[in-house]
Amino acid sequence: MPHPGTLSLDHVGKRYPVHGGELEVLRNVTLTVDPGEFVSVVGTSGCGKSTLLRLIIGLDGSYEGDIRLDGARIRGTSLERGIVFQEHRLFPWLTVEENVALGLLRSRLPEAEKRRSIAEHIALVGLAGFEKAYPAQLSGGMAQRVAIARALVNRPSILLLDEPFGALDALTRAALQTELQRIWQAEGITTILVTHDVAEAVYLGDRVVVMQPSPGRIRRVLPVPLPHPRDRADPRLADLERNVLDELAGLA
Amino acid sequence: MTGRGLVLPALLLAAWEAAHHLGLSDPRLLPPPSLVLARLGREAAEGGLWFHLGASLVRDLAGFAIGAAAGLLGGLLLGLWRGFDRLVGPSFHAWKQIAVFAWIPLISVWFGVGEAAKVVFVALAAFTPVVVNTHEGIRGIDRRHWEVARVLTLTPWQTLVRLVLPAALPSIFTGLHLALIYAWLATVGAEYFMTVGPGIGGMMTEGREHFHMDVVLLGVLILGVVGYALNHGAAAAEARLLHWRHR
Repeated sequence: MPHPGTLSLDHVGKRYPVHGGELEVLRNVTLTVDPGEFVSVVGTSGCGKSTLLRLIIGLDGSYEGDIRLDGARIRGTSLERGIVFQEHRLFPWLTVEENVALGLLRSRLPEAEKRRSIAEHIALVGLAGFEKAYPAQLSGGMAQRVAIARALVNRPSILLLDEPFGALDALTRAALQTELQRIWQAEGITTILVTHDVAEAVYLGDRVVVMQPSPGRIRRVLPVPLPHPRDRADPRLADLERNVLDELAGLA
Repeated sequence: MTGRGLVLPALLLAAWEAAHHLGLSDPRLLPPPSLVLARLGREAAEGGLWFHLGASLVRDLAGFAIGAAAGLLGGLLLGLWRGFDRLVGPSFHAWKQIAVFAWIPLISVWFGVGEAAKVVFVALAAFTPVVVNTHEGIRGIDRRHWEVARVLTLTPWQTLVRLVLPAALPSIFTGLHLALIYAWLATVGAEYFMTVGPGIGGMMTEGREHFHMDVVLLGVLILGVVGYALNHGAAAAEARLLHWRHR
């Protein structure tokens, strides 16, 4: 099993060419994420937090500064880095099992190992028994669990989550947040969660990175010094949540 | 076609038969259904019908297979290779406006008067809808699914097999379905407009020349039935292969 990775962002900036000029979406983002750490990134829409994940996953290679995983500069996409998007993005013509198996198509593991890893990860996200189901037969929450299994099946050293529960109803979202905490603890994987849900960011993160827009940059990094697994009703979480909300309100 | 859909054809057939028995129509010009059925029985028993039907179907399916395969390849190239699309796309879209029957004189000259020319013509008719629909199917693939393929570092071949072909399949099927219909029309067209030979079209041409209107009407009936069967078969195959859409 690969060790959890160390991610370092060094003065990362990003500009998009727009009609008649340039739009600066990220400026001077510097952050180090320790192995096995869970970092939440919160901010209003337009603060560049999703762009940041696109750079880390390697879907966009043109940026300023440096992004390194375990010291090696990121070049393109890689099975070392897994991602879960806001939409599940499952292939509707493949079953749950086949969708998860997509994550191992480029793996060099022997067939038997692959099958074991697929079964393990489907069980990890609580979907044992649904291997042969098609995405259209699943609820939104179940589909997102499959997407998590697909991202983890090749045992990447870092997991990126781009507002993964944003499209789900409140009850499902709460259930999946608890699940994610359990999965993260079980896998011990370095994780970055981008969200606009402050309660979610505080409940899950070891640190909460508060971003501000125009151009997107880090405003503050708040530690959440509480052990996992956490109790959602813990009053200390509510205090921290208020701190984060104050930071965000200070932007207005 | 079931239930209520059968009412109108049944009424028409009854009226047609009745017109004959009431002496309202000339059986030499418009033989009644009973005579057409009698001809069907005779032709089927003597084997002439199977000979002609077989010749038409072989021609149809050979042309369809060649045209559809070439169309699939063309559509994939246009859909997956931006440079090829820029270079060839505009010409193709202009070219496809030419009615397929306009090619008959050229094909006759280039491929002779035999079977090859007819198959080429059928293939040409099947080619265009497959190219157009395959191309559109690929262009319609969700950008977010392409990103998944990139994130999972799939090879071009894996991307083709797991993403491109399944995603474009509904559209490709539409193309194949149209191609099947066009190929059958072209088969009959080729048999009419090109040299006379074995085939339903040839059988009808012969019937017309000998003033056997029951043979001509039998031909019309068979063209309809085969067209209906091809259409129905294509729809059934489509429903089966795209089962993931309907769950």
